[in-house]
Amino acid sequence: MSKTHSLPYSTVTPEQTYLNRRALLGGITGAGLLAATGVRAQEVPEFQIKGFDTTETPNSFKEITTYNNFYEFGTGKEDPARYAGALTTDPWSVEIDGLVSRPGSYGLGDIMAKMDIDERVYRFRCVEAWSMVIPWNGFELRQLLELAGVEPSAKYVRFETLYRPEEMPGQKRAILDWPYVEGLRLDEAMHPLTIMATGLYGKTLPNQNGAPLRLVVPWKYGFKSIKSVVKITLMETQPVNTWKAINHREYGFFSNVNPEVDHPRWSQASERRIGGGVFAPRIATVKFNGYEDQVASLYKGMNLNKEY
Amino acid sequence: MRDQINRLARKIPTWPLYIGSLIPPAWYFYAGVTGRMGVEPIKAMEHAIGILGLQVLIASLCVTPLRTYARINLFKFRRALGLIAFFYIVLHLLVWLLLDVRIPSQIIADLYKRPYITIGMAGLLLLIPLAITSNRYSIRKLGANWRRLHWLVYPAVALGGIHFVILRKGWQLEPLLYLTVIGVLLLIRVPIARVIPSRARST
Ligand code: HEM
Repeated sequence: MSKTHSLPYSTVTPEQTYLNRRALLGGITGAGLLAATGVRAQEVPEFQIKGFDTTETPNSFKEITTYNNFYEFGTGKEDPARYAGALTTDPWSVEIDGLVSRPGSYGLGDIMAKMDIDERVYRFRCVEAWSMVIPWNGFELRQLLELAGVEPSAKYVRFETLYRPEEMPGQKRAILDWPYVEGLRLDEAMHPLTIMATGLYGKTLPNQNGAPLRLVVPWKYGFKSIKSVVKITLMETQPVNTWKAINHREYGFFSNVNPEVDHPRWSQASERRIGGGVFAPRIATVKFNGYEDQVASLYKGMNLNKEY
Repeated sequence: MRDQINRLARKIPTWPLYIGSLIPPAWYFYAGVTGRMGVEPIKAMEHAIGILGLQVLIASLCVTPLRTYARINLFKFRRALGLIAFFYIVLHLLVWLLLDVRIPSQIIADLYKRPYITIGMAGLLLLIPLAITSNRYSIRKLGANWRRLHWLVYPAVALGGIHFVILRKGWQLEPLLYLTVIGVLLLIRVPIARVIPSRARST
């Protein structure tokens, strides 16, 4: 069972403020009960991004492969692990079109032969306020885009997931407008942290994690990291991503991890690290999911409260 | 068949229901602590006990229509069902307070900023006076007002159903089914709907 190295909340909040706050809230049953049980409320995660990797201990293979959001296989967290086995991932090809000089269908084998596969231990933060640390294997999206040749007029990249209801039972229901679509601004797509993952823990990517090829953008909420990609389009205008189309007040185009901008229905200030068990406290959510030094410059001059 | 059920119901005491009601939450807690509730046991416990609370609350609302439309009399279990539902929903709240959120400032913010929390809380608050007055003494003391007070179970269950629908991402089938069942159980209590079947019977 993995465990993150973290400081107890009380070591970062001055003791006095902590006690005052507690006294202030003494009348509220939740806080009172909490104090009585001595359960710690929140920890601040202690980690560094070294090279591309976080220094935190990765979640177990079991945790990463049994707790997934992949609505193509159902809305339950265990549905993907249960039903994704039926998905055929070989043969697989990715159509790259739009503003590229070499549009066409790229076979997965051909792509893999040309890419540099690397291991990246990334922090992963779901919009639902849970998180994991995942050792992905994959290549930089930049390499793939350069293979197709990005035209100067391209400003955005649009991604599409496979639509195959016979193998993806969730697609038989109109929960989302299938196929799932995501998008990035070109500079985000070309950033060295942005990868196409093809494996985890050195093994072939399990179907429930988006096999055979998925996007991973570690400083954005997980739903941006679109799975089982079959189509990539370079465009001049901003594509409309699926969740934003459903509810633009709740899900934006950028969807950068930001503890200061709440989801209308829940707070984004903290998250639960999967694997801590019943008694582990939440951990604080970090701006850009901890990748502020690497990516904040992409958003200079933008009001991140408005462009969420 | 109906007579058998009614005869059986008359024979069974209600106390085993109360004892039995302790088993699911005890199991959830044990399973959560020992890793049998998946890799995110807190949410799993919160969900399991929330669903169970809603199911039992809905079951308590079936007692009257069962007697009216199927002449199955389970009235003696109605109070137990209501109290057990309340017990589960209180545990659901405790999981949220003590295991899920824990951070006092966030708890307070969630209560007024998150519509699904506000609505769930309103549902629970409405159930409190009902739970307190679910005893023979209160029924006697309150007289006709007791029925008036216990009318609150209808808005309470509706709020619980709405809470469920809006906490899920997008429009999901499961919570909508629950809300539909709740809608039907409330609609058949509207006087006009009651008139129609009785007329149909008399012709
Ligand atoms: C009439 C009262 C209530 C009923 C019937 C009820 C029922 C439910 C149900 C059925 C679920 C969904 C389980 C699932 O998704 O499988 C749920 C989830 C939840 N409820 Fe309640 N609930 C009630 C009151 C409350 C209260 C008072 C709170 C807290 C103040 C609360 C907080 C939550 C939370 C945090 C979730 C989980 C949301 C998530 O997935 O993140 N509920 N409830």
